[in-house]
Amino acid sequence: MTKRRVTPLVWLMFSAGGVLAAVFLPILILLFGLLVPLGWLHPDYDHLHAVVGNPLTFIVLLGLFVLMLVHSAHRFRYTLYDGLQIKRKRTVAVLCYGAAVVGSVAAVLVLVSAL
Amino acid sequence: MTSADSIQLRVSRYRPDTDAGPHWQEYEVPLRKEWTVLDGLNHVKNEVDTTLSFRWSCRMGICGSCGMNIEGEPKLTCATFLSDYAPGPVTIEPLANFPVIRDLVVDLSDFMAKLPRVKPWIIGAEDHSQVEPDVEFLQTPGQLDAYRQFSMCINCMLCYAACPVYGLDPEFIGPAAIALAERYDLDSRDHGTSQRLDVLGAHDGVWACTFVGECTKVCPKHVDPASAIQRYKLKTALHTVKAFLLPRGAR
Amino acid sequence: MTDLRTYKPRISTWWWTRKRSYTVFVLRELSSVFIAWFVVYLILFVYAVGQSETAYRNFLDWASAPWVIALNVLALLFVLLHTVTWFSLTPQAMVVRIDDWKVPAFHILAGQYTGLVVVSLFVLWLVTL
Repeated sequence: MTKRRVTPLVWLMFSAGGVLAAVFLPILILLFGLLVPLGWLHPDYDHLHAVVGNPLTFIVLLGLFVLMLVHSAHRFRYTLYDGLQIKRKRTVAVLCYGAAVVGSVAAVLVLVSAL
Repeated sequence: MTSADSIQLRVSRYRPDTDAGPHWQEYEVPLRKEWTVLDGLNHVKNEVDTTLSFRWSCRMGICGSCGMNIEGEPKLTCATFLSDYAPGPVTIEPLANFPVIRDLVVDLSDFMAKLPRVKPWIIGAEDHSQVEPDVEFLQTPGQLDAYRQFSMCINCMLCYAACPVYGLDPEFIGPAAIALAERYDLDSRDHGTSQRLDVLGAHDGVWACTFVGECTKVCPKHVDPASAIQRYKLKTALHTVKAFLLPRGAR
Repeated sequence: MTDLRTYKPRISTWWWTRKRSYTVFVLRELSSVFIAWFVVYLILFVYAVGQSETAYRNFLDWASAPWVIALNVLALLFVLLHTVTWFSLTPQAMVVRIDDWKVPAFHILAGQYTGLVVVSLFVLWLVTL
């Protein structure tokens, strides 16, 4: 009975995370994963610091991080079930969602420290 | 012997009383422009090898009994032309993901047990006092259009054969059953949504689906089971959110 | 029914290599790994920015290592696969009806790609302002 109530909510978070990843991640990877480290783009440090410390950025990034982590965990869980035919379903679920929870806690701590 | 006017059928054979597993047998059949794979199999059955077993009935894509895996793809054999596979050979196997009873005949009892669980019929209003006897239940073209696509299902089981999730997890209710549930849910005359939600919201219901989308691609009647399942997920999720937010009476 | 001695084949672990669409499906699902990776990367990035300019420079030194760049290129490709497949499946999962008119899939797709462009430009503007 509890499962029935939780599964739809996890799925809603999975979907929301999927939409956010589809819309936000391409530009974020392009900027912060490639262009900035490669030195093709030089954002001003003080400006970045101010953006990251803004409470609005805090809320947006927290939402992005948590939902995308749940999205990832949920999808990877089913990939393990179907792709590798893992039979220990409960263990897989605990590990996947557990990792998402750990990541979310880390995200909160880091974002608070940057405020 | 392979010539322009004949084609080889590579048919999977399995006889439960003598064979441990299936093996291939080849047959040469005439290649005619208007011959389907089913015509080829009937030629074998009538002229070459009477022991070959397969199901068929209407030959016109309505009865849904002649589904088989042709070159690994689930197809209605009455709607699949031999000439599309020339020069051949054409491999013909029983529908994937089902237990094989004999040759090309599969056991569908699993689906037969699942189908009634989703209550694929119109469930009337609980309060019968409001229903006039002998009254017509009229529908606008728009109301018909909402579910018509899902009413085209002929239970041919091609979607089950294409669905890797059903193959891996036989508990999954599966595409056609959920599409049929949606067909009645979307019907303006039906009041059974919450009853079906109990079945489809369970673990072996819509949540087992990972949206591979193959069910929709193989459907010979252009039903979209993948869409039905995702819409059901959204419906169930919103229902749950409502249950959390609203007090009991307001639901 | 008398008991049938049916034959039930076992599904191979490599079932998804049998057909192109199955392979694309598994690749699509594997995008989840790269999304998780980049969230972790972004958390480290925000942490470095929050610490000091030196920490930020050190992060960029680490992030410009060839293996990190290679991983991020791979992550970008997988995330683009995710974006394209997610957008194209949305019209199937969400049927929008306005009265009796069903909003065509094309409109939903166009809306999503517009959203992608708007968000990308906004992020670009916010960072390079």
